[in-house]
Amino acid sequence: MNNSMVSMDKHRSVGTRPERIDAKEKVTGSALFGTDIMMPGMLHGRILRSPHAHARIISINTANAESMSGVFAVVTANDLPEADDMKEKLGESTINYKFLRDNNLASDKVLYVGHAVAALAAETPDIAENALELIEVEYEILDPVLDVRESMSTELKILHEQLRTLGSTNDKSTNVAQHIHHVKGDPSLGFDEADVIIEREFITAPVHQSYLEPHAATATWGKDGNLTIYASTQGAFVTRRQVSQLLQYPMSKIKVIPTEVGGAFGGKNPTYVEVPASLLSYKTAKPVRVVMSREEVILGTGPGSGTSIKVKMGAKKSGKITAAQAELCYEAGAYPGSPVDPGSMAIFAAYDIPNGQIDGYDVLVNKPRVAAYRAPGAPQAAFACEQVIDELASSIAMDGIEFRMMNAASEGTERINGKLHKSIAIKEILGIIDDHPHYNEPIQGPYQGRGVAIGFWDNWGARSSVDINVNSDGTVNLISGSVDLTGSRTTVAMQAADVLEIPLEKVKSSMVDTDSISYADTSAGSRTTMATGKAAVEAAYDVIGKLKLEIASLWNVSIDSIRYANGVFSSNKGKDTNMTFQELAGKLSGQVTGHGNVNVEDWAGAGGGTIVDVEVDPDTGQIKILKCTVIQNAGKAIHPGQVEGQMQGGVVQGIGWALYEGYEYDKNGKVLNANLLDYKLPTALDVPNIDAVIIEKPFPSNPYGARGVGETPIISPAPAIANAVQKALGVRLHRLPMTPSRILEEIGITSE
Amino acid sequence: MSSKLVVNSNINGQDVEFLIEPQQSLLEILRDAFGLTGTKEGCNDGNCGACSVLFDNRLVNACLVLGVEIEGRKVVTVEGLANINELHPVQEAFVVEDGLQCGYCTPGFIVSTKALLDQNPDPSDDEIRFWLAGNLCRCTGYDKIVKAVRHAARLMNEAR
Ligand code: FES
Ligand code: FES
Repeated sequence: MNNSMVSMDKHRSVGTRPERIDAKEKVTGSALFGTDIMMPGMLHGRILRSPHAHARIISINTANAESMSGVFAVVTANDLPEADDMKEKLGESTINYKFLRDNNLASDKVLYVGHAVAALAAETPDIAENALELIEVEYEILDPVLDVRESMSTELKILHEQLRTLGSTNDKSTNVAQHIHHVKGDPSLGFDEADVIIEREFITAPVHQSYLEPHAATATWGKDGNLTIYASTQGAFVTRRQVSQLLQYPMSKIKVIPTEVGGAFGGKNPTYVEVPASLLSYKTAKPVRVVMSREEVILGTGPGSGTSIKVKMGAKKSGKITAAQAELCYEAGAYPGSPVDPGSMAIFAAYDIPNGQIDGYDVLVNKPRVAAYRAPGAPQAAFACEQVIDELASSIAMDGIEFRMMNAASEGTERINGKLHKSIAIKEILGIIDDHPHYNEPIQGPYQGRGVAIGFWDNWGARSSVDINVNSDGTVNLISGSVDLTGSRTTVAMQAADVLEIPLEKVKSSMVDTDSISYADTSAGSRTTMATGKAAVEAAYDVIGKLKLEIASLWNVSIDSIRYANGVFSSNKGKDTNMTFQELAGKLSGQVTGHGNVNVEDWAGAGGGTIVDVEVDPDTGQIKILKCTVIQNAGKAIHPGQVEGQMQGGVVQGIGWALYEGYEYDKNGKVLNANLLDYKLPTALDVPNIDAVIIEKPFPSNPYGARGVGETPIISPAPAIANAVQKALGVRLHRLPMTPSRILEEIGITSE
Repeated sequence: MSSKLVVNSNINGQDVEFLIEPQQSLLEILRDAFGLTGTKEGCNDGNCGACSVLFDNRLVNACLVLGVEIEGRKVVTVEGLANINELHPVQEAFVVEDGLQCGYCTPGFIVSTKALLDQNPDPSDDEIRFWLAGNLCRCTGYDKIVKAVRHAARLMNEAR
């Protein structure tokens, strides 16, 4: 793999802030999202969902619904072939197709309120909605288990009888799908050496990704056997793979066309509506669109894991951490696959810990199967670790930044899982926080406090595909197999334009369907600008190489004598031999195509931090965010405006986790806040302007040094806010979200 | 089948006549009957602002208005703001300031911003945030949206 950097003097687009390629279509309302797809003769699909959190399905009677006028077909799990009991990595999480099948349409049991049981297609959305009520499902209701710790010990409320704990020899039915265990050094010795030890337990609620666009797919199963699906997905190819597995149908006959995606944040990797839409289209021979309601999105998809985390850390009076231990219990929801693995990797990642132990548990509960959510598992882990770090520092009367600096991980630090850190820039980030005017200005009033926290995320690399076609007028078409979630069409084109040494306006950049280009992994793990950018650069070099061949034969000189600089080809053999990119393009057949297929296996993570000022109203318990600064290592900011946007958006999601967001359940497992009034997201009024500070410590896997930027900024806001609340009130919150009632409870408790 | 009603209205400057079932919302009519899919659905219960439109120059959530209510009234959607070859200054400002990421909330914010600037040509940041509190954006963190609104105010004041 060619890891050489593109020389800095070639940058024309990279590092600037050009207008986004998709911006005009989006501001005028012309861009087509998954929910906007319409086809002639299209039917409307709706999904029947379980009212129970845990029940056996005794029978499903669809006859009445089927005979209703305007209803064309009803499908259940019986319409699906058996799926392979096979796990595969899709995006950052792993999917078992047998479980995915049951999550798409329940077969023997329903495992959460909102679990899909049947789907139907009708002439209008209203008919479809009304027909759902005519499907009769008989349930045998079972006891649900909702609490992660209860679920770990129960022998009665078992979700999957056949499940055994991965990583354990115990041969009993259990709700613990996996136990991860890492040890470094000698933790008990480390704790013996400590002068102070802090041990705390933290609880975080499940939080939904809350993309504004609901899940949507429109499927057409043609008479020729070809299935075409318009899908709002993070990855056209991973969607094709899942549909192919669940329908046991050849990938070549399934074309997934990615639409514009109205937000995803990790939650649009698993399929939910694509398979029901396809089945319904098969049965009706008409296009079928399935669009979820907001309630369905909250009940039936996502969320990020709710957790219970214990952290114990010890340090010397001098400030050196001697040992750290964590027990992470992560809710997987109805099927295995919580992000406890990445959470375990992230929890102490920013620190150099000589002795450590991590135990992570992937635990089933009667809630929706979790999906990846922006730095999956890490915000919960940081909420725990960064508060204990703060407490340790103050217990030895040391400044929090100085304490973190003294223990910061750096290149070569061995992590508790045995892996070595690449360049991570934690010390640089701490240095910037320490020097930042925000960190140094005085606090303005009573009940105000300032908190900081840092976080580190590993990111992802994986496979990307880009083709570049050279047109005879000197423009190029760049197509990519990666779905553009928030601007990667532009950032990828910028990287290609600079290698081709042509203005960005000459590059038309598009995302294409699965028939049109070779495989690309899903747009997740902050990877697209970095890895698909690398593919674009390779495709551009391939173009230049091919153009050199063309020009060498045109001029009848050896290819080694050809130079390409500033958009001009020249040769040192003979005179008058130079030609611009555009002139050469005009002399070509129009058949020069550059390919870039990469598999980036060597990637680095990104560190970041948050400084936040809060004010707490002691009467109402309301927390107001007064000021917020976010710092992040972007490696190289390809488009600084987009990087800032990722950082600001990530921080505000982190503020949502901290203050407002979380599923609320009654004891039967019914969600009490399945709408956007009761599940509150941060509004413009709830947050201040967010000052984004980008630092650039390049990483060589991307030719420009770009790192992933999308995920890191969500990690540190919640602990930073908790640390600020502690400064403002003298109480520490160990539970997310930090709602006014919890604040009041804490004040009450401490004043006793 | 419920009996359909005839409604006469003006949408984006065009007089229109259409058939509607009484329970259908304005949002459904705009999207399904007129193909004006720029107006988005994020919640269908008045809590996200993705369906913001102007109803006789007043900002409303189209999901909360019944289609029959627009009889004899004027509706403007995001599609009605730009000329054929030219963006509305609010749209221009959102492009220049990177006031969007996924873009799903964007039409709602643009319509909402136009309504704000029509009645308050020079709003403060606090006034902007207060006004936009009915529009959710999950992607941007609002910072660049606020900047875009200020930019739009400048553009519109220059043009006056
Ligand atoms: S769709 Fe109308 S306010 Fe959300
Ligand atoms: S840009 Fe995605 S919701 Fe606002």
